[in-house]
Amino acid sequence: MPKDIIRNDVQRLMANGAQLVEVLPSDEYEEAHLPEAINIPLKKLDGQSIQILNRACPVITYCHDFQ
Amino acid sequence: MSARAAWRLESLGFTEVYCYAAGKLDWFAFGLPMAGKFAEIPKAGDIVRQDVPTCKLTDRLGEVYERCQAFGWKVCVVVNELNVVLGRLRGEAWKADPQTPIEEVMENGPSTFRPDVFLKTLVKRMLNKKVGSVIITNSDGVLIGILYRKDAEERLSRDRIVNELV
Repeated sequence: MPKDIIRNDVQRLMANGAQLVEVLPSDEYEEAHLPEAINIPLKKLDGQSIQILNRACPVITYCHDFQ
Repeated sequence: MSARAAWRLESLGFTEVYCYAAGKLDWFAFGLPMAGKFAEIPKAGDIVRQDVPTCKLTDRLGEVYERCQAFGWKVCVVVNELNVVLGRLRGEAWKADPQTPIEEVMENGPSTFRPDVFLKTLVKRMLNKKVGSVIITNSDGVLIGILYRKDAEERLSRDRIVNELV
């Protein structure tokens, strides 16, 4: 079950090698995103698009806010 | 959306998945770094003056006034022990009895802005409201500093000149 985390957790997990994934459409990602985040829009999240992720490392998803 | 994405990743075999539901709005509003096209656009956090003096609710007006005067400040931000903004001292407030506790003369709950607000947007708003300065806090209400409209206008003007040269 995915765990809900807050800002401090993001920083801690990132320092320990977590992968950050913005799931908004690419135009929104290009405008502004968190440093080191990669973009996999939710609509494109499938077995193919996740190949760029390392399964051995934690993954953090985020979007704009609580939408 | 981030929660659904996290669940989708689990369904695709990922075993350690986290969801940062507060998202990038929360991140940027806290003054943390931004990447992407908007990162280059000047924002409140770029020119905020972090050396603005602060005082506590129970301080006396006279001592606070002297401290501010010594450093050339006409404004002081009232904060609690966690540096959360509670009020502001400026203008007529300084004319009260020097023994008055700050709590009795301060302006309660002044408007504050986040460091990720675009300067252009903020200057427009400040002009509409006819204010020369605003307090900048992070999303937890913790003081970052004070922003002067004059500084913002100078920065925007300078950037326009640079953009014209490029």
